[in-house]
Amino acid sequence: MCKIRVKNISKIFKVHSRGGLEIKGYEDVSFDLKSGEFLSLFGPSGMGKSSILKALYRTYTSTSGDIVFAKEDGSVVNIATCSESEMLELRRDEISYVSQFLQVLPRISAVDIVASSLIDRGESVKSSIEKSKDMLNYLSIKEELFDVSPLTFSGGEQQRVNIAKGIIAPKPVLLLDEPTASLDKINTKKVIEKLKEIKAQGVAMVGIFHDQDTMKEISDRIYMIEPSD
Amino acid sequence: MVLDLKNICKIYGKECPCCLSSTGADENNSICSSCGSVVAVNNIDLYLKKGEVLGIVGESGSGKSTLLQLIYQDQKATSGVLHVENFINSLGGYKNVLKANANELGYLRDRLMSMIYQNPILGLNYQFSAGGNIAEKIIMSGEKKYEEIRGRALYFLEKTEIPTSRIDDYPDRFSGGQQQRIQISKALSSNPKILLLDEPTTGLDLSVQAKILDLIKVLQKEIGFSMVIVSHDLGVIKHLTDICIVMKNGEIVEYGLSDQILEDPQHTYTQLLVSSIL
Repeated sequence: MCKIRVKNISKIFKVHSRGGLEIKGYEDVSFDLKSGEFLSLFGPSGMGKSSILKALYRTYTSTSGDIVFAKEDGSVVNIATCSESEMLELRRDEISYVSQFLQVLPRISAVDIVASSLIDRGESVKSSIEKSKDMLNYLSIKEELFDVSPLTFSGGEQQRVNIAKGIIAPKPVLLLDEPTASLDKINTKKVIEKLKEIKAQGVAMVGIFHDQDTMKEISDRIYMIEPSD
Repeated sequence: MVLDLKNICKIYGKECPCCLSSTGADENNSICSSCGSVVAVNNIDLYLKKGEVLGIVGESGSGKSTLLQLIYQDQKATSGVLHVENFINSLGGYKNVLKANANELGYLRDRLMSMIYQNPILGLNYQFSAGGNIAEKIIMSGEKKYEEIRGRALYFLEKTEIPTSRIDDYPDRFSGGQQQRIQISKALSSNPKILLLDEPTTGLDLSVQAKILDLIKVLQKEIGFSMVIVSHDLGVIKHLTDICIVMKNGEIVEYGLSDQILEDPQHTYTQLLVSSIL
């Protein structure tokens, strides 16, 4: 089943403080994404890969084009033009986004951050905490760190907490911005294994990887973004 | 729908036909050029669903607090339509709050909405104890049984981390941060559909600010009321709100998801605001 159809989206940033300077974000991007499929965006730095992911999550608006999303209930919405309330519903029920860097309040523990994804979905606090501990354990986070804010962790540890939070309660579509960028080989492999697991459950994913081997390991298709001139 | 505003205006002065067109963000001006009236809120449309949290940002004088007061009926809008969930006429349709009588407005403020002001002096009665303040709100919302009232007051004091042994102390015996938490207890005790907050943590020290914001967030998730929060602190907007509007000269110049407003601001003024983050 086709989950997302991206049709000719383009983005131009207009910087008013520089006299309306226009900066190209991405241009004429089109692709389809099915349930259980992993699509990777690939291309040189600065070509707008992350911007496209943000557009799918509506953190960025698109200047033109459509992002047609098929909801679980069979209805469709256009992420490029839908209301804010509709987008909030999509974010709650259908799309998660794992950013490149962990963004959390400094007073919440690692395990609580991960558990919140499950609790939001309606699971009991006790089982959410248990599952979160298992997930952090799997991603080789030391147990003594579970109750500490991850903002005190190393870059790689922070990234693993971020991934744990993003994949523990998978929604139908998952957007991943360089999820393995600061991980060693062993942890990268573990993350990829988990991603394969939720892919097999039917989750559709769009991801960005810099490491080509990792990308080929998980991707079904690769969308090349190349300089237009 | 929980809250629905259409063409809400607030004009201070004698009003003339040019008031709305000669003011606003494009004119960079809130004073009518022909009659000198001040247009504080200029033709605002707003729609809020159950459980949504809306942030209002803008420079001082942009009309954000006035807009909040127009919703809570601390001030009367000059014109427009304001509909609120459960505020209905005898035929079952929505009643325009601007056309309501004093009795109906009492119902609106006692049961459907609560306001938390920046200064607790505006939200609390200093002649009553902390518990008395909360009880007043509960009684106004229709509860008459003493046990129930006292029980609920204790419940909310506990929720807001005020020692329940101090239920009979007067507000001026509490610190500023505690008074703010008593105000939150009072506001929530009537089980409102909409909570309005006007700079609820401005002027409090950072640790107290964080505690109060966390508390508001937890209670909002737990109880599920809708919220409108005015703040010029973009950190507050980032962590508390889903949707954000940006106001300038009484108008909404930008409307969007809060992370979109902060990461991909469109309007000149919003870009200036976001680039001013320390």
